[in-house]
Amino acid sequence: MTDHHPNAPLELTRATSNGPLAEQVQAPEDLDRHDGNVAAPAVERGQASMITVSDLSFYYGAVQALTDVSMRIPPRNVTALIGPSGCGKSTFLRCINRMNDLIEESRVEGSIHIEGQDIYSPQTDVVELRKRVGMVFQKSNPFPKSIFDNVAYGPRVAGIRSRTALEEIVESSLFQAALWDEVKDRLDASALKLSGGQQQRLCIARALATGPEVLLMDEPASALDPASTARIEDLVSELKEHYTIVIVTHNMHQAARVSDQTAFFFEGRLFEMSETAELFTNPKQKKTEDYIGGRFG
Amino acid sequence: MCAAVSVLTTLGIVVVLLSQARGFFQEVSLVEFFTDTRWTPLFEQKHYGILPLVSGTMLVAAGSALVALPVGLCTAIYLSEYAAPRFREVVKPVLEILAGIPSVVYGFVAVVFISPIIREIFPSADVFNAASASLVVGVMILPMVISLSEDVLGSVPQALREASCALGASQFETIVRVVVPAALSGIVASFLLAVSRAIGETMAVTLAAGATPNLTLNPLESIQTMTAYIAQVSMGETEHGSTGYNSIFAVGISLFVITLLMNLLSQWVLSRMREKYE
Ligand SMILES: Nc1ncnc2c1ncn2[C@@H]1O[C@H](COP(=O)(O)OP(=O)(O)OP(=O)(O)O)[C@@H](O)[C@H]1O
Ligand SMILES: [Mg+2]
Repeated sequence: MTDHHPNAPLELTRATSNGPLAEQVQAPEDLDRHDGNVAAPAVERGQASMITVSDLSFYYGAVQALTDVSMRIPPRNVTALIGPSGCGKSTFLRCINRMNDLIEESRVEGSIHIEGQDIYSPQTDVVELRKRVGMVFQKSNPFPKSIFDNVAYGPRVAGIRSRTALEEIVESSLFQAALWDEVKDRLDASALKLSGGQQQRLCIARALATGPEVLLMDEPASALDPASTARIEDLVSELKEHYTIVIVTHNMHQAARVSDQTAFFFEGRLFEMSETAELFTNPKQKKTEDYIGGRFG
Repeated sequence: MCAAVSVLTTLGIVVVLLSQARGFFQEVSLVEFFTDTRWTPLFEQKHYGILPLVSGTMLVAAGSALVALPVGLCTAIYLSEYAAPRFREVVKPVLEILAGIPSVVYGFVAVVFISPIIREIFPSADVFNAASASLVVGVMILPMVISLSEDVLGSVPQALREASCALGASQFETIVRVVVPAALSGIVASFLLAVSRAIGETMAVTLAAGATPNLTLNPLESIQTMTAYIAQVSMGETEHGSTGYNSIFAVGISLFVITLLMNLLSQWVLSRMREKYE
């Protein structure tokens, strides 16, 4: 198998000082040798990898929450993360935009490359990284500001001052998040006055407004009614034309509906990962089968 | 029960103040009380214009706020957002101790150390002056501002900080654009509380600011605050029942009204913010 990563030369030059990484980049099949860790099938077929996670371990103080996770996520594609509560899905997601940096006494081992750039290297500008990697949190967390100011927050931080430019971004982001029609007449109203489902879509719009390439979504539909859930699922399917999406979900049907590939986490390890249809119809591991079948978790 | 006791006590105080002040207002007209620019109840030539005492009080309150609010808010932000939790745990109790220093000590420090320095820099300054009183009262209310503001900042949900960081904001931008605005109502309330405390402060200003009712905005001059006047007359030899003696009740009522207005203002600020965001 050859590596068609567009940034492969760059990665290889950086990796000269980092032997194991070069091996991983050149020979993704190596990843398969880690127990239970499987490279994304689309990547195996030779597609470029947007996000490459290598031997990632994460510790909250002395508690290890992730163990040796390796994964490749192709661009413009939806990856679902499933697994029982507490297995490390959110922790993994929060490693991809270095959100866990905010947690005192936490520690990361291994590496994550996004388009060939090692996001944990000292040269990486975390603020820039987070502009490229948007995040929608498990619990919706709008600012106590107006709807407009919520969505315009990222662009303003990025230095956009022009009112017309901001208005355009706010409208297109709300439109993409399927919220525009519901709020276009009350952009100055407090975001906290919106319903739970609307708040969640507002948070999606807010994340889109910074123009990210990757969108991390942590159970974006966990607290929503079926209609709002359906809207968010449609949204994910539309967004994947432009964004690389990683979505955590507890809902097997949702994972099956929206994702191209699914990763099953268990006790901090990536247990099994393959194309979604494959994983759901023909899981290789007994644990995966049991979890999907609803026998635990 | 507790509420009832405190309401009854407050009512009792108001009734006593009003009935005592009535005697005073039979002698002195409200017009003179509010418009005369001299306050000289203890002199031959008696004038009963409260303005000099009010201006003295406000001068010290404003001066101490100028010292305590910026420093207090910055320290609170540092403690809540930047300092390691262990450092914060050490500093908070130390603040409580600072808050427990008797105010007479602050007054002494103002007269013995601060005032000479001020006179060194501004030779025209009086020995007793509003500036030295403002400085020490500012330092006095500082622990209160820090402690209350830090509590409010600490209660801003971590999820808001994360949301801001996830959108590419630096920690400083997050503090300025999200954390402080989210905590603003509480911060304003802590400011108003601290300023009320400064207005009510007696001992330090009695020692440091002088005993010269003086309608001025110049902090280098000697002034007298409302509280200091009440203390002076209560402890002095003024004959009970005389107009001069009763004047302290009129001043007391005025002080009560000012503090009440401050509290109403803080209530109003808080409710305005809640309306906007809840
Ligand atoms: N801030 C934290 N400090 C310490 N331990 C944490 C912290 N956050 C999570 N953990 C622990 O790390 C482990 C993984 O948590 P994580 O939130 O990643 O699970 P999850 O798969 O997202 O679960 P859920 O499906 O319930 O959201 C859990 O055992 C949890 O208790
Ligand atoms: Mg989670």
